[in-house]
Amino acid sequence: MRRFSISILVIALALASTGPTLAQDSVRLTGSGATFPFPIYSTWFKSFSGKSKSVTVDYQGKGSGAGIQDFLNRTVDFAASDAAMTDEDMAKIPGGVQLLPMTAGEIVIGYNLPGSPKGLKLPRDVYAGIFLGKITKWSDAKLKAANPGMTLPDQDITVVRRADSSGTTFVFTTHLSAISEEWKKSHGAGTTVNWPKSDKIVAAPKNDGVTATIKQTPGSIGYIEYAFAKFAKVEMAELQNKAGQFVAPGGDGGPAALASVQLPANLRAWISDPEGAKSYPVATYTWMLFYKENKDPKKAAALRQLVEFCLTEGQKMSHQMGYIPLPENVVSVVRKSASSIQ
Amino acid sequence: MKAFELDQSARAGSVSGPPTSWDDVADRTFRGLARASVWLILLLLAFILWSIGGKAWVGMREYGVGFLTSTTWDVGKQQFGVLPQIWGTFYSSLLALVIGGFFGVVMAIFLTQDFLPPRLAQVFRTTVELLAAIPSVVYGLWGLFVVVPAMRPVANWLSEHLGWIPFFGTTLSGPGLAPAALVLAIMVLPTVAAVSQDALRLVPYKVKEAAYGMGATRWEAILKVMLPAAATGIFGALVLGFGRALGETMALAMLIGNSNQISLSIFSPANTLAALLALNFPEAGPREVQVLMYAALVLLAITLVVNLIGESIMAISARRAGVRR
Repeated sequence: MRRFSISILVIALALASTGPTLAQDSVRLTGSGATFPFPIYSTWFKSFSGKSKSVTVDYQGKGSGAGIQDFLNRTVDFAASDAAMTDEDMAKIPGGVQLLPMTAGEIVIGYNLPGSPKGLKLPRDVYAGIFLGKITKWSDAKLKAANPGMTLPDQDITVVRRADSSGTTFVFTTHLSAISEEWKKSHGAGTTVNWPKSDKIVAAPKNDGVTATIKQTPGSIGYIEYAFAKFAKVEMAELQNKAGQFVAPGGDGGPAALASVQLPANLRAWISDPEGAKSYPVATYTWMLFYKENKDPKKAAALRQLVEFCLTEGQKMSHQMGYIPLPENVVSVVRKSASSIQ
Repeated sequence: MKAFELDQSARAGSVSGPPTSWDDVADRTFRGLARASVWLILLLLAFILWSIGGKAWVGMREYGVGFLTSTTWDVGKQQFGVLPQIWGTFYSSLLALVIGGFFGVVMAIFLTQDFLPPRLAQVFRTTVELLAAIPSVVYGLWGLFVVVPAMRPVANWLSEHLGWIPFFGTTLSGPGLAPAALVLAIMVLPTVAAVSQDALRLVPYKVKEAAYGMGATRWEAILKVMLPAAATGIFGALVLGFGRALGETMALAMLIGNSNQISLSIFSPANTLAALLALNFPEAGPREVQVLMYAALVLLAITLVVNLIGESIMAISARRAGVRR
């Protein structure tokens, strides 16, 4: 896998080095990183490259960790990460790093039940209990109490999780740690965690793998990105938020969750358990990482153009593609911060 | 050979002329190239071992033998152990070998012992070999969308009625060892079938004629004469198939459930070393890369040993059959 992506990188670099000879003033930007925003980033970059004739952007969705590695090795012009970047890593870049949240997404709990009933309601202790392996039957009393009128089968719950390490798992387990002391103590948060050992917890690679496994397994439940659930038509549960309300994903819940969190100066904020009656409980920003000091002023200018495009044109595409548009106040903060890319 | 000699002598101008200096140079160059290629392959293997070993070294020093015997893989707490993966690798490969080996050998008998007209046998042989050309990821998808749903009712019936047998201890919910092993069996089938056919063909036809001459029936000739004569070769085929099963990655990553647990039940999810490597490398941090390299080294060692055993058994069988390979 890694060797494959390295060979792609080599080809990309080879192409990049031949670029300037073709047209003197054209700029080619390369980036790599998170796969979760890959669909929207590739759409953005394609339309940006189409609009501005002199700048082309290549982005490879290798995973957040690999993106940060490339960024540290200075083999890319920018990177993208669902887990932002740690202070420790940021200190390794002379001149400094500018983190910019570019879009946001929701993580949903998808399920597969006979007759595909819509709008399963999951209270906080129940979905924490399911992923802890404590609640193992669909006919559990707590599930029945939360969903009167829904016929729940006397069937085992099969939990589907991510097999690879991923930003999705990081965000979801951060949320579980915020709502359940027991989860925090025994499993914690991370891009991969030590899952409870059970025959009813299976793992599949990538968002698409988990989605396919949920679709193929009656009685299963699992966490995936909203966009994947939406396009694969997986039923999504309504989750109970901090205020006690049940909120379905894909509506106003995402923007409300973003609005509930104040961005700090470094623009790195985790929405582990948002306040507010309307907030959908599992949402996250995803970031692009830029060097504050670029060697080539032309590249820096192109990067600023790119950010501006994503903030204006880009945000209009977000909702339709299954992502959350950034709130107005966040857009203006990001725009201001982008000027530090020099 | 003959054509080559004629060609050479024609160029030299007479039937028995000495080799020209051009012939000499060509000969030397070719020999040099061939020798260099062989050394290059050896060097490549050594280089791969050295570079993986170098990266794994820190992990090996840190985690030592405990890495092979502990069962936790927790990046957050920096605890790493691959016993469940080693277990899953061997268990899935063994199951695959039992199924794939049986069908592979039966197929080899069917295709070599005059059951079919030669032309039809060739069609079957090609079909089996085509199975080897299907990409791993396609097998994985097929397993997920076809094998798992088909196997689920059977598995759940077995675990309900024969649940006291540890192999059927749990129900099959989705991905698990059994569907993974079944798909793996199909993937090793071409290897086993092809090498077993070679082994059976190495037995001289005279042997079979002698068996018939002594009044043996067809099945007596096959089971009591042909199979024992080809036994080492067939055993080698099984070991090679096993080696292939050990390293299989993508289909297993999609089908086995990737759960770090050790269970006898063939319906419970498990994990393998190859799947662990493929799924964890892209996002691994520096420390995790070291232990993943260590795990890679373990897998490499297991497959190398198994393949060496297979190759040496094949060499022995070929020598016994009196044919040089």
